[in-house]
Parts: sequence; structure tokens; C-alpha cells
Amino acid sequence: MRIYVPRDSAAKALGADDVAKAVQAEAARRGLDITLTRNGTRGMVWLEPLLEVQTEDGRRAFGPLTAADVPALFDAEFGDHPKALGLTDELPWMMGQTRLTFARVGVIDPLDLAEYEHHGGLAGLRKALAMTGEQIVTEVTESGLRGRGGAGFPTGIKWKTVAGAQAEQKYIVCNADEGDSATFADRMLMEGDPFTLIEGMVIAGLATGATKGYVYARSEYPDANAVFAEAIRVAREGGLLGTDILGSGKTFEMEIRIGAGAYVCGEETSLLNSLEGKRGVVRAKPPLPALEGFLGRPTVVNNVISLATVPVVMSHGATFYKDFGLGRSRGTIPLQIAGNVKHGGLYECAFGLSLGEIVEGIGGGTASGRPVKAVQVGGPLGAYFPPALFDTPFGYEEFAGADGLVGHAGLTIFDDTADMLEMARFAMEFCAIESCGKCTPCRIGAVRGVETLERIAGGDASAIPILTDLCNTMKFGSLCALGGFTPYPVMSALTHFPDEFTGTHQEAAE
Amino acid sequence: MPLDDQDIAVRVEEILATHDGVEGPLLPILHAIQEAFGYVPRAALPQIAEGLNLSRAEVHGVMTFYHDFREDPAGRHVLKLCRAEACKSMGADRVAAHARGKLGIDWHETTRDGTVTLEPVFCLGLCACAPAAMIDGKVVGRIDEARVDALLTEVGK
Repeated sequence: MRIYVPRDSAAKALGADDVAKAVQAEAARRGLDITLTRNGTRGMVWLEPLLEVQTEDGRRAFGPLTAADVPALFDAEFGDHPKALGLTDELPWMMGQTRLTFARVGVIDPLDLAEYEHHGGLAGLRKALAMTGEQIVTEVTESGLRGRGGAGFPTGIKWKTVAGAQAEQKYIVCNADEGDSATFADRMLMEGDPFTLIEGMVIAGLATGATKGYVYARSEYPDANAVFAEAIRVAREGGLLGTDILGSGKTFEMEIRIGAGAYVCGEETSLLNSLEGKRGVVRAKPPLPALEGFLGRPTVVNNVISLATVPVVMSHGATFYKDFGLGRSRGTIPLQIAGNVKHGGLYECAFGLSLGEIVEGIGGGTASGRPVKAVQVGGPLGAYFPPALFDTPFGYEEFAGADGLVGHAGLTIFDDTADMLEMARFAMEFCAIESCGKCTPCRIGAVRGVETLERIAGGDASAIPILTDLCNTMKFGSLCALGGFTPYPVMSALTHFPDEFTGTHQEAAE
Repeated sequence: MPLDDQDIAVRVEEILATHDGVEGPLLPILHAIQEAFGYVPRAALPQIAEGLNLSRAEVHGVMTFYHDFREDPAGRHVLKLCRAEACKSMGADRVAAHARGKLGIDWHETTRDGTVTLEPVFCLGLCACAPAAMIDGKVVGRIDEARVDALLTEVGK
């Protein structure tokens, strides 16, 4: 009997290790022969710890479990039980999704290369090995894949620049510095299907002529880093990395590097400085990292999800991928639904759902049961959307048109008790703490922003025009997105919830 | 047991040697030193500078840029509470105020008996089971006041 209990951090944070231990102990006590697989999460975080058992009809899910539930589950022979949810694949959350990038996450043992291959892994790499670099770049360009880190730059175009650059050594750098609140897609993928990212990086190497890769990961994700480091070891042993990739004679090597708690290092030029062992200070562009990146050499810097999507683009073809989506936002996007939400987790689907469908339909509204007041989309630098804008379709251009951004596709939901002035103040405080200090609008502006918002909170409405002016300076005068986008949460809070800034607002009745 | 500068020098030399040939070695070295000692001793900085052919100011500048590197040892247990938006939407501020009150310390401080250091963290990637915390590297989801109390009792506080 094969039983699955996730090893994903979110599952662990809710007690999955205790459930796994209880399963082992109970099986031993009953003399039952079981195989316990610690898989990734299916993404239904509100049901974690979610135990699955393999049956003839498919995998049956039970959750959310505690260790105390386990003996009764064995008594019921994993059939009728109050926590039984039915077949995992038939749960509404799973059926509504188009899982391309996350196809194997939660399904397989993350560190079993044979199982990875059995579930479609390596097919993209095998195709790529039979192609020229130029052909790979064309395929990725035609798929319409854009940077999933937030900037939305076409991945194929970036690769083409690196492929065309002449240098003795080029690099693939994976930006796994997923510091935005409400985002956990990178973590979930690195914990649940790390070989996909490795395969994507190898393909990027083949496409551009880079033979060395780095994954710049976060110290805040110790579990993900442990799984990923082990995956690199397994991949090397399995011939996926090294000087003879899958017997092709081609070379690609990679390693994981851990950041040190600086949010700004998620910005690609800060990341490169950090990787070089410097302060994580933003670099002016040009030169583009694609031409002068890591150690001054041509470097692809791509987000985890962008790179992890490359294998499916290669295996199924550009047209298959491009056929999903809306406008210029092609393919699928892993929505990360978080905060005060009833059904929180990761939901991968084609671009184009409306914000309201995501929040109310998929997320099921707030966890507290109170009305939704605002949704922050795109992390701490993203705008707050009120329910009045819930008809905005999820796409890069569509969100930009509503003075917001998709970012890394994280959504934080707030109920009607949220204090929007405090959220605006917090955005400025966060920017002040995390500013690298290189440019004045960000370094000084954020500090002045906190002070100005505190004045407004103290009842001084005359400071509002100063705040607006300051935001304008930061937006257009900052060197990178940290100072440049901090005005999004601040100004959206001011625009959509003006009463809270002028003292005319009544506290929501408790 | 306090380490003297000689002990530190020997261990730092070993760490420098294992990072020979690494591209951009300074962060991995600082992480290894913090792993070895629990903090980055001031005495190590000139030695790193010499080993990497950098100025002391550069090494000091890098070390102090990053939130993770400590100049002094932490308490025996480190409690990190997430302060970011998703956790705020689920009451992280209230939980943090409780923890600070209970421990009698503010962010980045250590209790006088050296048991617990309290650190803010901006996102543990546990945003769908907020508020999130981490104690000694172990993740905790949906933390509330009672859970904070239980965690602190577990570590003897």
C-alpha cells in the first residue's frame, strides 16, 4: 500500500511530520507493509496535512489530518472516514486547473528521478538535445512565455541576446529569491518537483551556450534548499548534469547559493552582485545582464517558474502552450491565493480569469467569513484592488491598465477589518528597511513616506498632497522596482479607500 | 564557552580553504562562519579580507548589508515571526505584540537569560496558512497567541 504525506513546508507547518510519523508507527503496530512517500503538496493548503492513499480507482485524499486521526484511518481501511475527501483528481480545486508547470508537484516523490521520467520528465530535454540552440530559442520565443518573476519580459528574447553574445563562459542564473508576501510557487516547485527546474536550466544552457548555472535561493526557505540541493546531487548521479548530459556529450553544471535575508536581492542586478559576493546593491542598466551579468559575462537571469515551464514548452511544443491564455499573456499562471482566505493555496490556470472569480470563486472568500475589503496582487509592491475592480481579467496588460501589476501572481486577501492606512504605512516601512541605499528616491523617500503617513494617521490631511508628490518622485526616479513600485500599494490604498486617509472613516463594526 | 581569537582563526582558515576556487565566495564563506560559530566574529573579518584579497571595509560592508549575519551570538533559540502582508491579514501584528510582551523584548533582541532571540522575517512562503513563524529553523503555520505560549514553554521560557 502506498501512502503519501507531503513534505512541503506548508504541510509541515501544519503538522505533516507528525502525521507521517503516526502513519509509520500505526503501520508497524499492525504489521502492515506500506510505502510512505513524502510528496510535494497538491496546493490545497487549507486541507493540509493532506494524506493520500493509492487505490485501484486512483488516489484518495483525507484531510486536514492530525496525528490523532491516523489510527481511525487505518481502522476504516482508508475508506469511510469523517476526513475522507474522495478521489484527489476529482476535487473541484484540482479539476478546475490546467497544471502544466505544476503537473507533477504533489504527485511524485520529488527526489525519485525514475518516477519523474515516468511522469513525463526529461521529454523536453531529450527534444532539446536533438535541436540546435537557435531552434530551442525559437521554440521558447514562439510559446509566448514571459518572465514569471513579475517583469513579464519575453523569455525567448532574453535567451536570444545571451545566445548571440560571444564569451568564453556564459551563465544561467535562476532567481529563486521569492521574497514577495503571498508568493510560494517557487518554494512549492523546488520542494515538490525540483527536477523540472534543473531540466529547464539545462535546456536554457543548451539554448544559449551557457555551461554553468546557479540557483540563488532564500535563507528563509531551509526546507526547499535541502530538497533542491539533494535533487542536484541525484540529477548529477543520474547523468542529467555533468559533462555528458544524458549521453549527449554536452556539458552543464549547477549549484545552489543561499541569500542572506535581503529582499532587494530578488531584483536581478542586486542578485548578481550578491552572487558575486558583494553588497546586494542595484546596478544601473545598461549594460544588460544578458550581455554583462554574473562576473561581467553574458547571463540569463530567469525566475524559477519561467525556467520550470520550459520543459513542458519543449515537450508539448510552442503552439500547445501558446493556445492557453489571454491577449499577450500566454500559457498558464500559478495563482497563489493567500492571506485571509477560506481556500488558500496554489491554483494553476490559463491567464484570463477575473479577479473576482479567483477571490470569491476559487478562494471562497475570506477565512474570517467577513466581506472582502481589498486584495493585494503581486506582493508587497503590488496594488490593492477593491471589490469594485473584481472584473479585471488576470493578465499583465490588463492589470497594468488598472494601475496594478500581476507580479509573481500572489494574491493577499483582506477582510473588512483591514486598516488601509496602516497597510500603506507598512509598504513604506518595508521599503525603508529593505532599500539597498543606492538611489535617493528609494532610500530617503521611503523614510519620508513613513513619516508622512504617520502625519496623516495623526489627522493631518494636508500631508496627503505631499504623499502623492513623494510617490510620483519614487515611481519615476527610483533605479529599480523596490522604490519604483512601493507607490503602487500606497497610492492604490489612497485612491480606493480615501476615507481612511482623511479621518472620515468609521471603523468596521466588530 | 567563549572562543578565543586563535580558535576562530584556525576554523576560519579551514573555511577559507574549502571555498578555494568558488566563484563569488564571500556569501558562502560568511554563511559557513555563522554556521560554525552562531555569528560572524569581528576577528574573522580581516582574515577573510586577506584570504579573498579584499579590503576590510568591503568585507564589513557585505556582512552588514545582509539581515542574516549576526555580529553577536543569538539566544539559544531563535523565534522568527513573519511581519509581511499575508500574515498581517490574519493578525500577525497582534501575535507579534503578544510575543514581544510575553518575552519583554523588542525585535532583534534577546531575553536577558539568553533563552530566546526574537527576529522579524519578511515571508516564509507560508502565506496560505498565515500567520507564519519559524522556531530554530522549524516552520509553524497559523500561529496565534496560545501557540506562541506553547512554543515558548517548549523551549523553557
